[in-house]
Amino acid sequence: MSNATVVVVTSGKGGVGKTTSTAAIASALAKEGYQVCAVDFDVGLRNLDLIMGAERRVVFDLVNVVRGEASIKQALVRDKKLDNLFLLPASQTRDKDALTEEGVASVINELRMYFDWVICDSPAGIERGATLAMRYADEAIIVSNPEVSSVRDCDRIIGLLDAKTKVAEDGNRMPKHLLITRYDVERAKAGDMLATDDVVDILSVPLIGVVPESKDVLKASNVGVPVTVSDENSPAAKAYTEATRRLLGENIPVTIPEEKRSLLGKFFKGRAA
Amino acid sequence: MNILSFFGKRDESASVAKNRLQILLAHERADDGSDALLISSLREDILAVVAKRVNIDPDSVRLEMDRTGDVTTLGIDIELPAARAS
Repeated sequence: MSNATVVVVTSGKGGVGKTTSTAAIASALAKEGYQVCAVDFDVGLRNLDLIMGAERRVVFDLVNVVRGEASIKQALVRDKKLDNLFLLPASQTRDKDALTEEGVASVINELRMYFDWVICDSPAGIERGATLAMRYADEAIIVSNPEVSSVRDCDRIIGLLDAKTKVAEDGNRMPKHLLITRYDVERAKAGDMLATDDVVDILSVPLIGVVPESKDVLKASNVGVPVTVSDENSPAAKAYTEATRRLLGENIPVTIPEEKRSLLGKFFKGRAA
Repeated sequence: MNILSFFGKRDESASVAKNRLQILLAHERADDGSDALLISSLREDILAVVAKRVNIDPDSVRLEMDRTGDVTTLGIDIELPAARAS
């Protein structure tokens, strides 16, 4: 068996940035030279293929593999830019009940043999798809927006991570990391957005990164290239890269990268370089 | 931006959000379904007692729980039939 680490990216609530974060972190890990596989667990509503720009190259999917209709190697889609990054897509035509616990266990076990990192993109919700995505994880990244409903749903997910996972059933504690996305420094400063400390306080999960609200995230998804690859200097990319270094065990303080001040500032910075 | 924020007094909806979340999650983390069970048993008991004296529609009995910080209040609202009053 290899030393692969299986990480689930989860949140409970939809639309907070699980898929974006999965793609960005998986790419950042691959850039560090690791063998990485991103697995889309959102059966029926797959999107990781689109965010990673692999949508036209998907042939087989997770459900095919779970049901023995294709081998894992047939189903893996290699990234266009990073040849040590792979995607195991979800099925678009079936539903979440097509996944079985034994099937997922055997897929994850096989992936552990080929990769250093397996990043599982969980579907929203707390049903079968979400519980299977977290079931065999070694660690969890919990994605929250600084907003009440998102924080509440994360709390629920934390409860599931501590009850319904293999790690928890074996009597261990699932290591968890909090990733706050769509953060707006100015609004938090003005007191009209929950601050990072507030969210950490409420959820009691250590912070792995704070991704600022950034236009570059939408631009990256438009072109199907994870933000950590498409625009390394974007504040969001910097935040994801930092979070990835922390996932790798580096002990660096959490910063909140900011957008460049103005066109003028950009101009002078450009000239100086 | 309003005038208060201009003078440095903040309009802190974020602290309201934090407060609400802390209270809510304290309850949700402790919630094992016993609250709902208690409410439904209380509802049946109260209905039985009132029904001894007054003819009431079971649907017109409303029980509400309100949690504010450390205090939980129980509100009982029973609609008595109009015929009784006249």
